Amino acid sequence: MQTKLTPLLSVAGLLAFWVVASTLKADPQVLPTPWALAPLFAQEIASGALWTHLSATLLRVLWAFCLAMTLGGIIGLAMGRSPALNRWLDPWLVIFLNLPALVLIVLCYLWIGLTEAAAIAAVTLNKVPNVAIVIREGARALDPQLDALARVYRMSGWMRLRHVILPQLGPFIAAAARGGVAVIWKIVLVVEFLGRSSGVGFQIHLYFQLFDVAMVLVYAFSFITVMLLVEWALLQPWERHATRWRRA
Amino acid sequence: MITVSITEKRFGADRVLGPIAFEVAAGETVALVGPSGIGKSTLLRLVSGIDTDFTGRIDRPDAIAMVFQEPTLLPWRSALDNLTLLHPGLPRERALAALDEVGLTGKDTLFPGQLSLGQQRRLALARAFAGQPDLLIMDEPFVSLDAAAADRMLTLTEALIARHQPATLFVTHDMAEATRLAHRTLTLEGGPDGAQLAQGPKDRTT
Repeated sequence: MQTKLTPLLSVAGLLAFWVVASTLKADPQVLPTPWALAPLFAQEIASGALWTHLSATLLRVLWAFCLAMTLGGIIGLAMGRSPALNRWLDPWLVIFLNLPALVLIVLCYLWIGLTEAAAIAAVTLNKVPNVAIVIREGARALDPQLDALARVYRMSGWMRLRHVILPQLGPFIAAAARGGVAVIWKIVLVVEFLGRSSGVGFQIHLYFQLFDVAMVLVYAFSFITVMLLVEWALLQPWERHATRWRRA
Repeated sequence: MITVSITEKRFGADRVLGPIAFEVAAGETVALVGPSGIGKSTLLRLVSGIDTDFTGRIDRPDAIAMVFQEPTLLPWRSALDNLTLLHPGLPRERALAALDEVGLTGKDTLFPGQLSLGQQRRLALARAFAGQPDLLIMDEPFVSLDAAAADRMLTLTEALIARHQPATLFVTHDMAEATRLAHRTLTLEGGPDGAQLAQGPKDRTT
């Protein structure tokens, strides 16, 4: 019981800290109280603006997430399985890993234009190396005996991927996905901040220019809530399902 | 019938296997013995097609099954799935019958982790025989079992081989196992040009 309550108590502690800080500051323009956000939140829901911008950001997160996981997964798996390919691609991975997100975003906008494709490409390229590195470690840890099994029993490529390789990569995919979602939505916000006319990042940019801290917080917390729902409603149940054999 | 004619197998500059030639007839069981590290498992990997990097020629049938030293099951799939996924054309009823045959009746929905080591080994045997193999390869299939469990497994394997009649090649360290199960024993021994078969295969006297 105490274990289940701990996260709630922890969040309550953070809220209490916010209340104390805003009371001490006593300037709603700099740090409004949590309850001062409620009417603004309701106003954005009623006008439909919140949903419009949330859905635009979510769609970009979804696209970038799927592309980054697929591309990073393929590259990581290939690099983990082939030492020769790894020797060729490893320097690229190191370069892309150390390329600041902002540089990639600016370059994508400059080369492709201020378009949706550029925005999604910029976020995807930022995340692919991280996914590839995690999946590469998973691919290196694949059980050679199960490989031999698949060869002797002549499993098709698809069956081997689905039933032999992907289950072994499961924990690595889950780690990449969890880290991926968290990083991708933050980069999406920067991309929107710099070059889109919709999305949570765009709204934060707008209210930043108006120095409206309350509205910045309304949009930031709305999206954090959505991402927490994704974590609890999608990622964690999927992970529990994928690893049920370990607890059986 | 399988025909093995290997000129050599190398790991880098190291010549592990020298010239090796033998045949296993349909329905015949051949034991492969020899000291540890001599290359018995390497030879099995060549015969099974897991390792294709060697000089020589091996003619083998398409329907091959292998029983490894460890059960080597898919731990994330049920016992029944461990059969049907590796034999995609296998009807559910026949897969269940294969489980019955090795004494795993009613265990079809369990994950391998829920089975004892002995049961996992029996599942590996069921998987091997479920595909009606023409060639069965076993790499020390009874290792790490206690004497009683090994004896039960040996009896079961003997019965399954008698019923399904595949050509069987198996590695063992135990001469009693070889004598009991095999029609003939091949001995792999070291030499200056890699391991080779000792002359004069021994026929089973039983």
